[in-house]
Amino acid sequence: MRARPALLIVGLAALAATPLLASLFDQPFYIDLLRRVMIFAIAALSLNLILGYGGMVSFGHAAYLGVGGYAVAILAQQGIHNGFVQLAVAVGGSASLALVIGAVSIRTSGVYFIMITLAFTQMLYFLGISLDAYGGDDGMRLAARSDFGGMIDLNDSTVFYYVVLAVMVAFLYAIHRIVNSRFGMVIRAAKSNEARTRAIGFSPYPYRLAAFVIAGAMCGVAGMLFVNHTAYLTPDFMHWTRSGEILFMVILGGIGTTVGPVLGAFVLLVLEDLLSGWTEHWQIILGPFLIVVVLFARRGLAGLLSGREPHD
Amino acid sequence: MTEPLLEVQGLVKAFGALRATDGVALEVVPGETHAIIGPNGAGKTTLIAQLSGDLRPDDGLIRFAGEDITALGAAARSHKGLARSFQITSIYREFSALDNVALAVQAHAGHSFRFWRAARTEDALRAPARAILNEVGLGSRARVLAGNLAHGEQRQLEIAMVLATRPRLLLLDEPVAGMGIEETQRMIGFLSTLKGSKTMILVEHDMDAVFSLADRISVLVYGRIIATGTPEAIRSNSEVRRAYLGEEGVS
Repeated sequence: MRARPALLIVGLAALAATPLLASLFDQPFYIDLLRRVMIFAIAALSLNLILGYGGMVSFGHAAYLGVGGYAVAILAQQGIHNGFVQLAVAVGGSASLALVIGAVSIRTSGVYFIMITLAFTQMLYFLGISLDAYGGDDGMRLAARSDFGGMIDLNDSTVFYYVVLAVMVAFLYAIHRIVNSRFGMVIRAAKSNEARTRAIGFSPYPYRLAAFVIAGAMCGVAGMLFVNHTAYLTPDFMHWTRSGEILFMVILGGIGTTVGPVLGAFVLLVLEDLLSGWTEHWQIILGPFLIVVVLFARRGLAGLLSGREPHD
Repeated sequence: MTEPLLEVQGLVKAFGALRATDGVALEVVPGETHAIIGPNGAGKTTLIAQLSGDLRPDDGLIRFAGEDITALGAAARSHKGLARSFQITSIYREFSALDNVALAVQAHAGHSFRFWRAARTEDALRAPARAILNEVGLGSRARVLAGNLAHGEQRQLEIAMVLATRPRLLLLDEPVAGMGIEETQRMIGFLSTLKGSKTMILVEHDMDAVFSLADRISVLVYGRIIATGTPEAIRSNSEVRRAYLGEEGVS
């Protein structure tokens, strides 16, 4: 779909200006909050590729967040701080995991697909808990942030912020290209009508699997950024509620819309932050709000903003 | 006699105790329009689904252009040159009419592991799709969402998708189902323009369509073909009249 390009540009400009404004008003906290928002936006964007365009309801997307996080944290603990090496391992690891999970789960559909992706992620979660050398249940501090030589210093909060922003914009664009390519048309067609797709001569399986792997790899990058953001790794990276949160960001923002996942991540995390500062029972307010959006905005927040029922 | 394009031998498909296809043998020669008729529940759609590869037969052989295709799935058979339409219209409702046909073109234009270039800007896909839409009379509706087309137009669109795969054999499952009289006439008119140049298997309830299009007719009753012959022969076959057409016969 096409959210109004003007809105997209205004939104990105606002994100780009945030560090400046935050330092002007001496509110560094907002850099931190929005960086977290954008990291989850990356995760949600990657989930939207398979969920929104491929029709694959993965309820285990946090697994790749975890693989990205563990890749960086374990390497750092072994004294390997080179960010490029860590990136390669994070992406390779999450892509490989997605290949395995996808190869099994894509043969099923519906509720079985949801359950298998959930089960795989729970296995990884408990594996994380059992890894005593890497903090086990309690987790462990990240020995040092990823080191990209002299060029990029992630210890600089503002630099790190712009790195995350750049990755998010790059992924937004890449996914936009992918879903409109021949490849993207096939996975969208298979979501729309599988029998018809086979009848005209496509086998959906390899295309779906490829999409699943791309999404896993992208979320692995989010995991790498996230562990650098928290500077602390815990198995909670892979907890099923985390998968649910990412899923919810996509639904809230607008399934199968270009910028929906970013909006969803923004609204969910900012509301969570605002409400939790106001009352400890913030979930009582957030819950009904989410239900209302899902009930009345069929294409989520992105659908509301674009002002019409968008179509693919 | 010419080598048959499609040859079916001893085809069996059972659902529990029900033998929906019970030893069907069928031959379709190139260029022929072969209608399959039969009362409700005779197993027509089950038969088509086995021919298209959507359903695996329990037993029997399906040979297409001299090649055993019994074990192939629907996508592979599409690449051999078989294309089907569905009894219940099967299109991509949330894509435009042109997108629908372009996807069918794309399926036969090499692999689709191309991740970057916008498919909707590819002339190699759009131009043939546009030509086929014109051919079926939907040229002016190319940009309309398929789901917003009238029922008859959706049926036409499905035929356009079938043609876009450049099939050697069309499997048409009740192409005029649910159409009004006028739409039906238009569809019969269009299918008759394909007659001779395309080989077709036509499953149909509409007897006007069957008798005006078919070169030969096979009558399916309880999963068995009880008669095959020219429309005239079928019309006068007493067993067919008893089993299917009713005592008063067809008008």
